[in-house]
Amino acid sequence: MNVEAIVLSLRLACTVSAILLVVSLPLAYWLAFTTWRGKFLLESVVALPLVLPPTVLGFYALIALGPHGALGRFWQSLFGHPLAFTFAGLVFASLLYSLPFAVQPLVASFESLDRRLLDASSVLGASRARAFFRIILPLAWPGVITAVVLSFAHTLGEFGVVLMVGGNLPGITRTVSIDIYDRVQALDYRGAHQTALLLLLISFVVLSVVYGVNRRIWSPWPNR
Amino acid sequence: MLSVHIRRQFRAAGKPSFQLKISEEFSPGFTVLFGPSGAGKSTLLDCIAGLVKPDEGWIKLGGEIFFDAEKGIFLPPQKRGIGYVFQSLALFPHLSVEENVGYGLSGAADSERSELMDRVLTAFHIRGLRRRKPGELSGGEKQRVALARSVVTEPRILLLDEPLTGLDGGLRQAILEDLRDWNAARPIPILYVTHNREEVDAIGDRVVAMIGGHVSESGMPRAVLDAPRTAALARAAGFENLHQGRVLEQRPADGVMRVALDSNHCELEIPLGSAQRGESVQVAIRAGDILLATQAPQGLSARNILPGRVESIETRGAIVVVVVNAGVRFTVHVTPGAVRSLQLVPGLTVWLVVKTHSCHVVTPQ
Repeated sequence: MNVEAIVLSLRLACTVSAILLVVSLPLAYWLAFTTWRGKFLLESVVALPLVLPPTVLGFYALIALGPHGALGRFWQSLFGHPLAFTFAGLVFASLLYSLPFAVQPLVASFESLDRRLLDASSVLGASRARAFFRIILPLAWPGVITAVVLSFAHTLGEFGVVLMVGGNLPGITRTVSIDIYDRVQALDYRGAHQTALLLLLISFVVLSVVYGVNRRIWSPWPNR
Repeated sequence: MLSVHIRRQFRAAGKPSFQLKISEEFSPGFTVLFGPSGAGKSTLLDCIAGLVKPDEGWIKLGGEIFFDAEKGIFLPPQKRGIGYVFQSLALFPHLSVEENVGYGLSGAADSERSELMDRVLTAFHIRGLRRRKPGELSGGEKQRVALARSVVTEPRILLLDEPLTGLDGGLRQAILEDLRDWNAARPIPILYVTHNREEVDAIGDRVVAMIGGHVSESGMPRAVLDAPRTAALARAAGFENLHQGRVLEQRPADGVMRVALDSNHCELEIPLGSAQRGESVQVAIRAGDILLATQAPQGLSARNILPGRVESIETRGAIVVVVVNAGVRFTVHVTPGAVRSLQLVPGLTVWLVVKTHSCHVVTPQ
């Protein structure tokens, strides 16, 4: 088993799901409560990674991160080295790739809140911020957990985007799924088995947590 | 004094669907907003609370402007100092009774906060429920908590949207007493929405009747609801019998006019009105204002005695709804005891007795 790859994958998944939570909360709040007619445009952008092949997403990410891309140049001017084929580059690409898995459960749980509770909060003089932390967040808690867990699990298992943007540098960008691919290519089925089984178990536990916490919140299965 | 002069157009699928147009003054004390569902009562409260922004007009409390379309003023709900009990109550399900009631007091100092809390929990008899969550409360307890939460902030207006629906008469009366006691010390306008006639009578103050987004009439309950002027209000006010008729003749000397109902099979004598001979009118009669007799009555002052046949008998709690076909169908409310002693059964021939002044002419809209 390649411990280095597992540790790297876990580190990537933790970093990405933490950043995504911070980014997704305001984004989901806006999507759930705005009355702007054009919000479907932003919804589509957020959902794009669900339908785009990871290679397409990875390709554009690679160009953006590269020495000629806007982001890559900005990064290089800050830190003196390019962004592509680094851990930070991987984090950036993974953020895009897993964004819908964080945003959609949050939007769904915000939208399912009884609006009259928010009206009551306003009438009682509470600011929007107070309503968010005292009413919305506690009541949308299952959605928050779902968002974190799904973005964690999704990042843990990604392959195409990592390959496009990160390449295959041991300890820097060689994640578990790449490691499995490498072993299969090298006919090391035993090694591939061990890592694959571990990933399978982690994914199962993670999804069990999500559905155990609340099965009404976003899931690929119809409501039961 | 709360002055509301507003208009708000709602749209559904791009087309104008419902218009709220209100011009009304509300003085301190209770005002009952009465009307069928969809009349715009809750929307009016939402406009006053600042949850819905009107298109035109103004809302003022004394000298303070809550909303003025021309001056571009719109005070957000947070700044209006209003107490609002929603129809769904909207208690925060994850907070205890104490946290719910104290939610609006976050700005107050600890000592002031606990004093206000203490006073309101005592006034509404919910001291013992402090630690409970809304899910662990009975219907009446929830309603008390919602009322306490809305008044603890010392609001300048109180909006109550069917706050006591579903409670039995005794409990409702007890909570209303608590509310009256509370209001006695703080004379502020209280707008009380209901479509329940019994609640209107229990409160007994001024009624504003709303139909289709506007005020149809206002005044004391007896004047407004016992003699409604429109068919829609008659229906909402519990006039179960609403019949289309045509004026046959006017008899000014007797103070009455004769009206043929629907199919001409049935005639009624009703109070003299402005309708001319041949004109069509709508006649509203309360089911409780009609007497039933199993023999043709004689020597009565009532002018309308109509023979008919019992079509159906249905018990609804303490009243029995009897439908009698006398050329047109009449709904009559009697007591279960009356059904027993008269031995009412479907198919029985009966006589309907209706006083002239129990017949009210209403306009279709």
